[in-house]
Amino acid sequence: MRVQINGDPTELPERTTVADVVVASGASPDGRGVAVAIDGEVVPRADWDEPVRPEQRIEVLQAVQGG
Amino acid sequence: MGLEIAGRTVASRLIFGTGGFRSLEVMAGALRESGAELATLALRRVDPGARGSIVDVLEQAGCALLPNTAGCYTAHDAVVTAQLAREAFATDWIKLEVIGDERTLLPDAAELLDAAETLVDDGFTVLPYTSDDPVLARRLEDAGCAAVMPLGSPIGSGIGIGNPYNLRLIVEQASVPVILDAGIGTASDAAMAMEAGCDGILLASAIARAADPPRMARAMRLAVDAGRLAFESGRIPRRRYAEASTPSEGLPELT
Repeated sequence: MRVQINGDPTELPERTTVADVVVASGASPDGRGVAVAIDGEVVPRADWDEPVRPEQRIEVLQAVQGG
Repeated sequence: MGLEIAGRTVASRLIFGTGGFRSLEVMAGALRESGAELATLALRRVDPGARGSIVDVLEQAGCALLPNTAGCYTAHDAVVTAQLAREAFATDWIKLEVIGDERTLLPDAAELLDAAETLVDDGFTVLPYTSDDPVLARRLEDAGCAAVMPLGSPIGSGIGIGNPYNLRLIVEQASVPVILDAGIGTASDAAMAMEAGCDGILLASAIARAADPPRMARAMRLAVDAGRLAFESGRIPRRRYAEASTPSEGLPELT
């Protein structure tokens, strides 16, 4: 299925979970300092084992320096 | 006595902005010298090539995290960013920024107040970056913000305190902490804000972009302490003419 991860069109196997996407994005796998939004809505950590769906816009964010 | 915000006390009145340092190592050195116990950070798309974790550096330094909503131009984006930060950092503290102008990065008052009300309702401890408008500061306090953070001048400008009169009005009326956020250029600016009665200072660029960030961090720490001490000690009034400090009584006749 086709989704967007951080603005890039990406092909994913069926049944890929949010947690899988986090790991594939290169974010720290324990999820510390990481947050996920799908189609503009926050995905709570408790829901990271849910599968992603075709055409979703997934944002995987991580802590950076900022004033 | 330290800085108390929403029932939590930090010993240092300097809040450390982590933006603009050329490396995490330089930032860590400056953070040590600053003595800060609360530091800002942000969320951006994952960069797989990024080295080191800012969260690790801050936690090793014993610093509490204050995520920001930098880069947001609408209340909606700021609220979602705050909710993402709460997930990422397990804190409901948020430095709320809603920008209204790209060139000056001045806050958008209407969007800021809207976002503050939504986030307070959602259980956040909201520290809004605001313009130096006493009426807006009061509206933010009335909305339930835990502090107000007026700018001295635009972010990263180093201009200092543009409107000391407004800053004093904000300090006089506020019953939540007033933290000067943005515009500091050098140590005397920080001291001046503290002498005006601010409860704390948040600064990033003035340290991060100085030629020697760790030494500037130390200068800022001393300035914040000096300014606070001077404020608490009660300065003398300004006079039009001199007032001798040596007694005129007992002067000998020499001619």
